[in-house]
Amino acid sequence: MSRKLLDLWVGFFVLLGFAALLFLALRVGNLSSANFAETYQLTAKFDNIGGLKVRGPVKSAGVVVGRVTEIRFSPETYEAVTTLTIDGRYHFPKDTFASILTAGLLGEQYIGLDAGGEEKMLKDGDVVAKTQSAVVLEKLISQFMFNKASDTPDKQ
Amino acid sequence: MPAESLVNITDINFAYDDRAILKGITMAIPRGELIAIMGNSGCGKTTLLRLIGGQLKPTSGKLLVDGQSVPDMDHSELYAMRRRMGMLFQFGALFTDISVFDNVAYLMREHTDLPEEMIRDMVMMKLNAVGLRGAHDLMPSELSGGMARRVALARAIALDPMLIMYDEPFAGLDPISMGVIGQLIRKLNDALGATTLLVTHDVQEAMQIVDYVYFVSDGQIVAQGTPDEIRASSDPFVHQFVFGEADGPVHFHYPALPFDQELMREGASG
Amino acid sequence: MIALIRGTGHRVNNGLQRLGFAARFFVMILIYSGQSFRRIHLTIREIYFAGFQSLLIILVSGLFIGMVLGMQGYETLQRYGSSEALGVLVALSLTRELGPVVAALLFASRAGSSITAEIGLMKATEQLTAMDMMAVNPIARVVAPRFWGGVISMPLLAALFSAIGVFGGYLVGVVLIGVDEGAFWSQMQGSVDFRFDIWNGVVKSFVFGVAVSLIAVFEGYDAVPTAEGVSSSIKRTVVYSALAILALDFVLTSFMFRGL
Repeated sequence: MSRKLLDLWVGFFVLLGFAALLFLALRVGNLSSANFAETYQLTAKFDNIGGLKVRGPVKSAGVVVGRVTEIRFSPETYEAVTTLTIDGRYHFPKDTFASILTAGLLGEQYIGLDAGGEEKMLKDGDVVAKTQSAVVLEKLISQFMFNKASDTPDKQ
Repeated sequence: MPAESLVNITDINFAYDDRAILKGITMAIPRGELIAIMGNSGCGKTTLLRLIGGQLKPTSGKLLVDGQSVPDMDHSELYAMRRRMGMLFQFGALFTDISVFDNVAYLMREHTDLPEEMIRDMVMMKLNAVGLRGAHDLMPSELSGGMARRVALARAIALDPMLIMYDEPFAGLDPISMGVIGQLIRKLNDALGATTLLVTHDVQEAMQIVDYVYFVSDGQIVAQGTPDEIRASSDPFVHQFVFGEADGPVHFHYPALPFDQELMREGASG
Repeated sequence: MIALIRGTGHRVNNGLQRLGFAARFFVMILIYSGQSFRRIHLTIREIYFAGFQSLLIILVSGLFIGMVLGMQGYETLQRYGSSEALGVLVALSLTRELGPVVAALLFASRAGSSITAEIGLMKATEQLTAMDMMAVNPIARVVAPRFWGGVISMPLLAALFSAIGVFGGYLVGVVLIGVDEGAFWSQMQGSVDFRFDIWNGVVKSFVFGVAVSLIAVFEGYDAVPTAEGVSSSIKRTVVYSALAILALDFVLTSFMFRGL
């Protein structure tokens, strides 16, 4: 086989391989949507994060605006401290409300941001003050049972 | 020992692990001559070639090629020396994935920056010398044994080496091809002004073309001389070797118990 | 009993010794790589043989594995009413595990064995010795280009395998079964992270490429120069490559995905 033809086929092969990588990165993976060019970081503290994981999505109005990049336990306050990396295009007011939500009944957990009404915006390194913890199913059930139990005597 | 010797070997010993292959070999190969080393199979002839080429290091002894000590060379010196050597391997060892032309051109392309047209002329010259100019675009698999050997010969002389070594060039060839190769070896040696070292067990063919013969047996030189001296020799080993007798100093039987004892033992165990 | 212990000791000894040889051989390849890169077309030729010629088997196998994943994944997910997660399942299985591992296994048996055979036969017919005698370093001229050809081809083949696998899953899941196309892709994009899933897969396949190529060239170079010797070397290339791929996969996976 002549060297020119060989070079041609090898070039074809290498380009095809890179095209496959590009396809994986852009179409299969989240390089196109989640690799924000400019980001800033917020911190949010929760009493209980439930099943939230690092790399979990941060959504506002259902749109992914960032990712959970770190989860720590604070030994002083006995709280979970999460670091959120937010897309630099989106800004939220100071009194934004962060809560841990579940996609569907048993789906993955994510942090939802509900914008407040203040004029001042959160900056890089700020703390989201108002948070709501994850709803833990067991607690919910026991609460329900407790209410039922305390309800019953009244009726008699 | 004559000063103009190209290869000087003094008291060389070589052993694989503790099995001695060569025991105190001393020989000199004068420039421009065609020397044969003969001996029965497995006597260490090929090992000797490997030592001269620097692929193996002797256990002890001195080995000079063109005045330089081969065992003391480092990698690049060794490669510099090998560029001036040509070697024909037992079964040719042609590169099977490239054509005859590319095989002969291989060294010119590897070691020189000559333009392709000049390489083409040189390759055709070498192939012409071995009579295979017409076969230049065949693949090695399409050649007969004798033709493959001639191509390998053309490849060995591609860079006009000072020393050409042949390892069993006659092995497995028909008598006609043998004669052709033998004549080529002689002609090329004289035409190139090279020195040739021929390792073979093919006595009849070699005796017709060489200047001097060393007989090696069991790692030692047992006889040496010009072909005429060898033919006239009364040494029993040389006699057996030259005339191909089955029994002599080299025994037909591998060392074993006497036959009647062996039979007795068989009976006892069975 | 003693014989058993001695036998075990002997094997361990032998194994370690060969491992040592292989390590030294690897260093030699790296040392002489510079020399062989100066003749880059040697490596390009080997990319052709190792990579381009493996394309067909990689693409066909990848497509079928993706299609099977789509079918099986749908069967399972549909029971829990989350068949839209099919894209996630297919993409994560392929990019993290199946792509690199299966592509490497196929590569070992398709290209690795032929590299071993080629080098082993060159050794058996004294071509390597001849090269060395002609002052051409066989490691730089024969071994290093084949090694790098394999190392370069492997990640590309694995990426192609994953990509066509995802496409196979799409064919079965969306086109054939009728999973919602938007959900298929968007859930996939939502869950497959470039850095963690895809890039780690590429790193894996690169490591597999180094391992398989090294085993293939070493077994060829170390072959006993006879017909039986070469054939048993080819067998060893396939067996050792498979073991190395699976063992390395375990090690790499436990490092890469430990934190999740």
